[in-house]
Amino acid sequence: MDTDQLIRTLAADNMHRARPVGFVLALALLAAAPVSLLIFFTALGVRPDVMTAMHNPFFDLKFAVTLALAISAIMVSLHLSRPEASLRGWAWLLMIPVGVLTAGIAGEMMMPQRLPMMTRLVGSNSKICMTAIPLMSLPLLVAALLGLRHGAPARPAVAGAIAGLLSAGLAATLYASHCTDDSPLFVATWYTIATAAVTAVGALAGSRLLRF
Amino acid sequence: MREREDEWTGLMRSAIAGDSAAYHRLLKAITPVLRAAARRGLARAGQPVDQSEDIVQDILLAVHLKRHTWDANAPFAPWLFAIARNKLIDALRRRGRRIFVNIDDFAETLADQPAAETAPASEVAAQLNALPARQREVLQSIAVESASIRDTAAKFAMSEGAVRVALHRGLASLTAKLREQ
Repeated sequence: MDTDQLIRTLAADNMHRARPVGFVLALALLAAAPVSLLIFFTALGVRPDVMTAMHNPFFDLKFAVTLALAISAIMVSLHLSRPEASLRGWAWLLMIPVGVLTAGIAGEMMMPQRLPMMTRLVGSNSKICMTAIPLMSLPLLVAALLGLRHGAPARPAVAGAIAGLLSAGLAATLYASHCTDDSPLFVATWYTIATAAVTAVGALAGSRLLRF
Repeated sequence: MREREDEWTGLMRSAIAGDSAAYHRLLKAITPVLRAAARRGLARAGQPVDQSEDIVQDILLAVHLKRHTWDANAPFAPWLFAIARNKLIDALRRRGRRIFVNIDDFAETLADQPAAETAPASEVAAQLNALPARQREVLQSIAVESASIRDTAAKFAMSEGAVRVALHRGLASLTAKLREQ
């Protein structure tokens, strides 16, 4: 097929309309969400004292951090799905959850505490945290990568890493409602390790799957 | 140069609004620029420039299948050059060279004389044979015999909608096969 023939063929296909990347990503995440929810409700479940915990600002702060991560990562991943886009001017969005968490740590430092710092940091659920977040992330990560394949990211590994942040943020939101460790120090340590692992997997998978 | 880029942007907007003739003109207009950039990239990597046509076709397919990622309010050229650069790097890497392609390569070639086609492209043609029969027949009818969608539908006793689906699927799987090779 010579190039003129190819051009004629492409022009003949002009009426085909692809859906926007955001739509496909949303659809993929919605399809995968039940799998993560199933893992959550069969293996973990919401903590029994959730009604009282909601009055604890540090319990609520966990959701502010994880949702800020998920939302900013969704925005950045959609931006990066355009080939001419770069992280420049957008990376600050990913600093929002870091900022919220830092403010939380500072806030906790200023309050009188029953437990010493190291005890709060180590907590009692670190192993479950580091297993549950990556496990619940996986279906969402697969969905995010499949959705983002519809785009054309210039740097597939970076886009894959952001997909990892996105899925870890969503999975951590679920996990936060189960975990009884509410100290921002615990979140900053164990949630971060779990998120970093998912991000690394996302970068690795993205570098293969998100090439266009 | 500026005028040409503005013209491209206008043509692409018309294309997205449903003007297939504008789309055809746009693809025709960008091809010599892509060809010159592909040759330059190959020459710089010490590869024979007669493979440039395969790269041009690869870029055109990506432009077509990813055009929904272009923001109609943005100029078309930076988007095009980003796609082209990505595909060129991929092609050179596949040929065993790690090389960095400067985005300016594309901007510079805008001023160049259009390069003539040399060796015919072979990769798309080779992958065409690996497609399911129906997709291949539809693609060949439209590409080689320059039949319209309607004529192709009549010839194979298909609905026009089915021809459109086979055409688009054919182009998409052609691209997927090129990427995997």
